[in-house]
Amino acid sequence: MLRICLVLIAALIALAPAHAQEGNLNTVLEAYRANIEKPSRTTITPVLEALVESQAPGVAVFLEKWREKELWQRKSDGRFFYVSKADGGKLMLTDIATGEEAGLADAAELDNLKPNSGVRGVIAAALVQFQLSDPDPERRLQALTALERDANQSHLSILRAAIESEQDPAIRTRKERLQRLLTIKFGFDQATRVAAIESFAGDPGVDARAALNPLLATSIQAFDAVPEGVNVARILTPGRDIEADAAYQLLVDAGKARPIVPLAERKQALVTNIRDGRVGGLPVAELVTQEARDRAYLALAADGSVPPLVTADERQEAVAGHVFAEVYAEPDAALTEAAEETLADINGTVGVYRFLDLALDGLSLASIYFLAAIGLAITFGVMGVINMAHGEFIMIGAYTGYVVQQFIPNYTASILVALPLAFAVAFLAGVALERLVIRHLAHRPLETLLATFGISIALQQIAKNIFGTQARPLTSPSWLDGAWVVNDVVSISYIRIAIFVLALVFLGLLLFILNRTRLGLEVRAVTQNPRMASSMGINPDRINMLTFGLGSGIAGIAGVAIGLFAKVTSELGSGYIVQSFMTVVVGGVGNIWGTLAGAGMIGSLQKLIEFFNPSNTLAAQTYMIIFIIIFIQFRPKGIIALKGRAAGD
Amino acid sequence: MKFTTTLKIAGAAAFITTTVLTHAAYAQEETIKVGVLHSLSGTMAISETTLKDTVLMLIEQQNAKGGVLGKKLEAVVVDPASDWPLFAEKARELLTVDKVAVMFGCWTSVSRKSVLPVIEELNGLLFYPVQYEGEESSKNVFYTGAAPNQQAIPATDYFLEELGVEKFALLGTDYVYPRTTNKILEQYLKDKGIAETDIFVNYTPFGHSDWSKIVADVVALGADGKKVGVISTINGDANIGFYKELAAAGISADDIPVVAFSVGEEELSGLDTTNLVGHLAAWNYFQSADAPVNAEFIKEWKAFAGEKRVTNDPMEATYIGFNMWVNAVEAAGTTDVDAVTTAMVGQKYPNLTGTEAEMLPNHHLTKPVLIGEIQADGQFDIVSQTEPVPGDAWTDFLPESKVLESDWVELKCGMYNTDTKTCVQLNSNY
Amino acid sequence: MQRSLFARQPSVLVFISLLAVFTIVITVLSEGFGLGLVSTSFVKILGKTLCLCLVAIAMDLVWGYCGILSLGHFAFFGLGGYMIGMWLMYERTKDIVIASLAGAELPPTAEEIREGIGTQIFGVVGGSEIPVVWYFADSLFAQLALVVLVPGLLALVFGWLAFRSRVTGVYLSILTQAMTLALSLYLFQNDSGLRGNNGLSGLQNIPGLTHLPQSVVSVWFFLASAFALGAGYLVAAWVVSGKFGNVIRAIRDDETRIRFMGYPVEAYKLVVFTLTAVIAAIAGALYYPQAGIINPAEIAPIASIYLAVWVAIGGRGRLYGAVIGAATVSLLSSWFTGGQAPSIPLGFYTIDWVDWWQVLLGLGFVLVTLFMPKGIGGLFDRLVRKDAA
Repeated sequence: MLRICLVLIAALIALAPAHAQEGNLNTVLEAYRANIEKPSRTTITPVLEALVESQAPGVAVFLEKWREKELWQRKSDGRFFYVSKADGGKLMLTDIATGEEAGLADAAELDNLKPNSGVRGVIAAALVQFQLSDPDPERRLQALTALERDANQSHLSILRAAIESEQDPAIRTRKERLQRLLTIKFGFDQATRVAAIESFAGDPGVDARAALNPLLATSIQAFDAVPEGVNVARILTPGRDIEADAAYQLLVDAGKARPIVPLAERKQALVTNIRDGRVGGLPVAELVTQEARDRAYLALAADGSVPPLVTADERQEAVAGHVFAEVYAEPDAALTEAAEETLADINGTVGVYRFLDLALDGLSLASIYFLAAIGLAITFGVMGVINMAHGEFIMIGAYTGYVVQQFIPNYTASILVALPLAFAVAFLAGVALERLVIRHLAHRPLETLLATFGISIALQQIAKNIFGTQARPLTSPSWLDGAWVVNDVVSISYIRIAIFVLALVFLGLLLFILNRTRLGLEVRAVTQNPRMASSMGINPDRINMLTFGLGSGIAGIAGVAIGLFAKVTSELGSGYIVQSFMTVVVGGVGNIWGTLAGAGMIGSLQKLIEFFNPSNTLAAQTYMIIFIIIFIQFRPKGIIALKGRAAGD
Repeated sequence: MKFTTTLKIAGAAAFITTTVLTHAAYAQEETIKVGVLHSLSGTMAISETTLKDTVLMLIEQQNAKGGVLGKKLEAVVVDPASDWPLFAEKARELLTVDKVAVMFGCWTSVSRKSVLPVIEELNGLLFYPVQYEGEESSKNVFYTGAAPNQQAIPATDYFLEELGVEKFALLGTDYVYPRTTNKILEQYLKDKGIAETDIFVNYTPFGHSDWSKIVADVVALGADGKKVGVISTINGDANIGFYKELAAAGISADDIPVVAFSVGEEELSGLDTTNLVGHLAAWNYFQSADAPVNAEFIKEWKAFAGEKRVTNDPMEATYIGFNMWVNAVEAAGTTDVDAVTTAMVGQKYPNLTGTEAEMLPNHHLTKPVLIGEIQADGQFDIVSQTEPVPGDAWTDFLPESKVLESDWVELKCGMYNTDTKTCVQLNSNY
Repeated sequence: MQRSLFARQPSVLVFISLLAVFTIVITVLSEGFGLGLVSTSFVKILGKTLCLCLVAIAMDLVWGYCGILSLGHFAFFGLGGYMIGMWLMYERTKDIVIASLAGAELPPTAEEIREGIGTQIFGVVGGSEIPVVWYFADSLFAQLALVVLVPGLLALVFGWLAFRSRVTGVYLSILTQAMTLALSLYLFQNDSGLRGNNGLSGLQNIPGLTHLPQSVVSVWFFLASAFALGAGYLVAAWVVSGKFGNVIRAIRDDETRIRFMGYPVEAYKLVVFTLTAVIAAIAGALYYPQAGIINPAEIAPIASIYLAVWVAIGGRGRLYGAVIGAATVSLLSSWFTGGQAPSIPLGFYTIDWVDWWQVLLGLGFVLVTLFMPKGIGGLFDRLVRKDAA
């Protein structure tokens, strides 16, 4: 009955707010003005209850507007209004109860009321009853979201009632799932709750675990004998399941044993008992060890001026004389048992999914490392030089993306332009570097390394001088926003998928170029034996230049990709350079598959170490590098070593 | 007339030609020198350059008003290049070679710790304008940024009371400010009845960019049915990757709110905030603060530095510190460090959010705590504002700091143990 | 031996005399011991520069003479600084703690003092326990030994592993760089027990000498640095002048050939690598008490690359070249970033050296590599030969 009324009211409000009755709502608001002006999650509930109980028309609209920060207050008399923009920069006031226009006002005369998100959550929960059967599916979804965040006992019956009339199958499934969750939390009868619990077996959703885990909350308690009448999770053996000290402390807290006098208190007791430079018969100057202080304290305790120490025997005896157990807060054993079993089942599933998610993360990181390193691998393989400025080519690519976005506001178009342009710019920069510097340092790989380092610091500083030190935005198109969500455990953002695809594309492209084109043939020839190649009519200078350009160009593309998921700063490249070196060295030089293997290994390894040590990402990076150093001891030429003359230095 | 004899050795090949040039710089018009010790290159330049510009703007304005004590102010700008030992070297140069009356500078705690021994040895004066971890009070430093009880603690209270957060993820960059702040917060949360298992702590390197695993870990925290909140002390541009991952994972501020202590208007200008609307930051100042003096300050700043520039909290701290110093010098009638230090305590100056800042005997300020929600335009919507809170150098939430007190007027000590009633040390701990 | 050394390398005698003259002049002009014409901060800069020259000599030995482009020698330099820093910090704090506990009603126990020190040192980074690595921190001699031992052993183990697997050329450079990165990342962690990013600070206050003003202490350190540089130069000159020197130069020029001639190439390389690591560590142990603070950022990979740059600019394969390079670049760096260098107005744009110094350095370095492969030292060679002819 109530439900029908609510539906009717809600429908009326939604259809024709102007016809609502005069009065009521403004009076309620007036009564709670202070609380509405400065709302807090802790004080808002009575206001909302009063509003709902008043059954005044317009309550639902009011709550929605309030939640959306669209409620204004006139400073002069404290009345609340809705506003809309009017001509001349003025605001048109709308009366909350009648929905009629109530004159114009300056913005300065009004305060916009902005409840914080905690309050907005409570308002949303209060709105549920108006929205759950609203004809607008959008509102019904809003109500469900609010319930998923914050529900109480009263919502269960409202939700159950709102399921039957639900026509939309997707919303209905969601409602039913939510109903089962709420049944676990708030249901009255054991059988339905157990059924609801068991229905979640194997469900990886966070909400399912969130409903089950609180049922299994335990506390450790001390009993004189094996407890009965309480829902015991397990009995704890002191010394094995619970430390003896902790067990004794538990007894102290329960008032079943004498408290241990802490060190600081004992010291204080000594200080207060100093008489003529002596404590407990010992001169103060001698109390420079804990042992001497203990002796003094025992002497004091012996004549009764301080409480005696608790001896080890006494503690042991007290602990041995009691039973310690983990006790469920939930008294019903059937429920906890069902929850325990279901949760064990869920955790098995979640474990598998978590591994899957880790694998996805590792794959994503590997693809980023691959993109960053492949250019380096090509130049290193063909020319035997290490390009320390490689990171700066990545940076150049990222800044190209940023500049393009300044001119092309459409993000999709700008990315489509930025990718080839970044390639082109970095390609040209690479060719210039090769012609101007590297060519003149042929056969001096160590000098090349240092010269390119000089280029690297110069380029980095030039970028700083042009673009400033502040990070620049490189925004991905909106269709790359969000993530591919398999379930609550496995998900990966679209942008990472896009980078993965990009890496695949370049892998394919490079394989094609190297294995199927004339250029590739020549590159491979120069890689394996430059002198022989040149005597066969291949111009090694041209090949060197083109490969260097190609490698740099791909670095430029990598820059756009990295900028999209992280940041664009002048130091962007240097953050990846050492990892790129590692990737190349671990994988084996001059071989695309080697780089792929290296990137795969480093990416997944890093994620694996992070998994084992989740609270310290820095440690993960440290251990990974140490691992690489050791790895190189065993495979100095990398995973996939090149054979033949090129394998020499 | 005072001659400054500077000696410069063209030391290129010092052992071949030791050229000694004595360069006498005439002071054509006597000025008061103000040292600016902010990194203009290196990783911290991102944040610190803005503060250098702020000091230059304030000096320009003060000179337009006639200077201080009838003398013009002259800025001496040096670049410690985000290199911590260089901070000490440059500070010594400013104090002994340039003989500056006061220095405005430092951002990171480690740079401040590097400078401390030098300014205490040479009795210099430093205004430090950034929120920090506390646990320090030097006779020669005025801390115009927030101490933990002026930022971290109120923000945590907001999480507990207003948002009903029951489980906390403390994410930070691995350096001293997040470490100490998180230690204080852990203890504070335990005191508030949050179990140790409900506090997840993670540290990442500077400039970290791969956040997918950590964001997934945070989401997984919700599995035991408690509301999760993130307290972020992530520093600098690592935030950009973090927020991008957060947005990509579709984590709304209503599900898992994030409050950041190091993210201001400046940092947000580096990313698109439409997906971050509703996440929070706690500061003592936001550009969106509604006060006439703030509107004036923003106008002047934009005229000085450019239309696109934003203002932020450390700029306000610099503004308050600078003006208090000017007033203290006027009050003392000299730029002598001891006299100015004495005159500084008790100085009052209106802050930019409509209330008044007062310099306390522990060399910290009273500051209101503001909590803002990120808006789509990169600005903050202020959802909570307290009355000015006095800054506490030694936190009350750690047992070893609880007994310590700083008072440079009555006790004349920055590290006074109230238990033993002794001054632990006169110099600060570095 | 000495005579023959000077006879074979006249530049050694010239260098030592110039260094002695320079040291005496600066001491006489200093604030601490003389006329006060050279400010304390400049004495510190010069003292630090001498230490940098010493580590540059080590780098020249390992790269210029032996052909191992190590991108990790600044890590050894930093480790040396950390080792001495631990003692400096521990002892200074101990004095403070004992002084503050002296007034207590009960005399402090050893544990209380240790706890006090722990809170003082590690309170800043959110801890209070003294980690195990500080076990020897209360003994100056132990820590001085560790200055040599820790970097020496690290170099020995790392070098043994790397040379044994015949890692050479750019691979070795990358590997040493990886070692440096791992070390600096490790030290960045708070859990490493060396105060993480904060590092060890207040090192300029020497325990037991706190009554002396910095103007005096700085001169002492300057003298010590000069002495170390002189001694290091002599050792290096002696090493490169004999048969040993010929072998390592030959290894640089053609490693395979020397191996075929029956020389234990790996052993030679290992000796040079470890010896230079120890020299670098000693330089670091003298440098950081003058700088006042050491932290992991100091040993970031880029610092080691800069070291190679100094040596390349100064001129590889000649010891004075390394000294020239280190002194020139570090002093110029300090001058340009100090804001003293005059800006160059171009009308449409003003070249501000704070912004453009790095660009100049980077491009200048490229030019030196391209057109002056022997560096500034190479110019000297030419001059000297012209004079001789």
